[in-house]
Amino acid sequence: MAKKKMKIRAWVDGGKTTVKAIIFHPMETGLRKDKSTGKKIPAKYITEVKCEHNGKEVLTCLWGPGVSKNPFISFRFKGAKKGDTLKISWVDNTGANGAGEAKIK
Amino acid sequence: MTTTRRSFLQAGMAAGTAAVALGAGLLVPGQVLAAWPKKAFTAKSIDDALSALVGSPKTTASKDVKVDAPDIAENGAVVSVSVTTTVPNAESISILVPANMNPLTASYVLSAQSDGFITGRIKMRKTSDVIAVVKANGKLLTAKKAVKVTLGGCGG
Repeated sequence: MAKKKMKIRAWVDGGKTTVKAIIFHPMETGLRKDKSTGKKIPAKYITEVKCEHNGKEVLTCLWGPGVSKNPFISFRFKGAKKGDTLKISWVDNTGANGAGEAKIK
Repeated sequence: MTTTRRSFLQAGMAAGTAAVALGAGLLVPGQVLAAWPKKAFTAKSIDDALSALVGSPKTTASKDVKVDAPDIAENGAVVSVSVTTTVPNAESISILVPANMNPLTASYVLSAQSDGFITGRIKMRKTSDVIAVVKANGKLLTAKKAVKVTLGGCGG
C-alpha cells in the first residue's frame, strides 16, 4: 500500500487557484467480465471526492461508475494563497478510501 | 455415504458463487455514504436521474454553459470533458451521457469560492451527446455536445 495513490498539483495565478489531480483507482463498473474466467468483475468505483482548502470544502464530486479509470479532475477556485494546503479525500462504493495533500504554489 | 466427490464440488462452487454475488451486489454504499444520491446514479433515463439529483427534469438550454469535448473520441473509456459556465452562483455541475447504462456520470457540487469550471474524464459506451446541467438560482441550465466514439468504453 505504499504505492502513491494520488497526484495533486495546485497553483495560484491572478487570484485564482487551479487544481489538477489524478487519483489512481480501477473504477470498475461491475459490468465488465474477466475474459479468462467469464465472471463479472465486481463494481469498484469512487462515489465521493472532497476537495478542501485549509479545511474548508471548495468542491465535492459525486461520481458514478461512468467516470474513467484513474480519474482526472481539474477545477478552479478563489481565495487561496501560496503555501496554503489543499486536501483531497475520496471514498469508493466498497468503503475503501484515501486522501492526499498538496501545498499550493 | 451419499456425498460423492462430484456433488461435494458442486455444492462448494454454488456457495462460492453466492458469496461473490453477495459481495458485488449487496455492498451498496447506502449505509456508508448518506450524501451519495444512489437513486440518481442508478436511474436509467435522464429525466429520472435529474429528478432524483436536483428535484426536477426541466432544463433550459443556455449560452452561459459550455461543454468542451472532442468531436471524435477514439477510446470511449477516456473522454476528456470540460464544462464552463459564466452563470453567477452556480451550485452544481452535472455531466450526463444518454447512451450510457446510467446516464448520470458525475455531479460536482460547487462552493461559493469555486469558479464555474470543471474538467474530468468519463467513459462513453457509444456515440452520443454529452450533456452538462448547471444548477444556478433555482434553474437548470444545459448545454450539450455530440461526441463520436470509435471504441466503446463501458466494458462488455
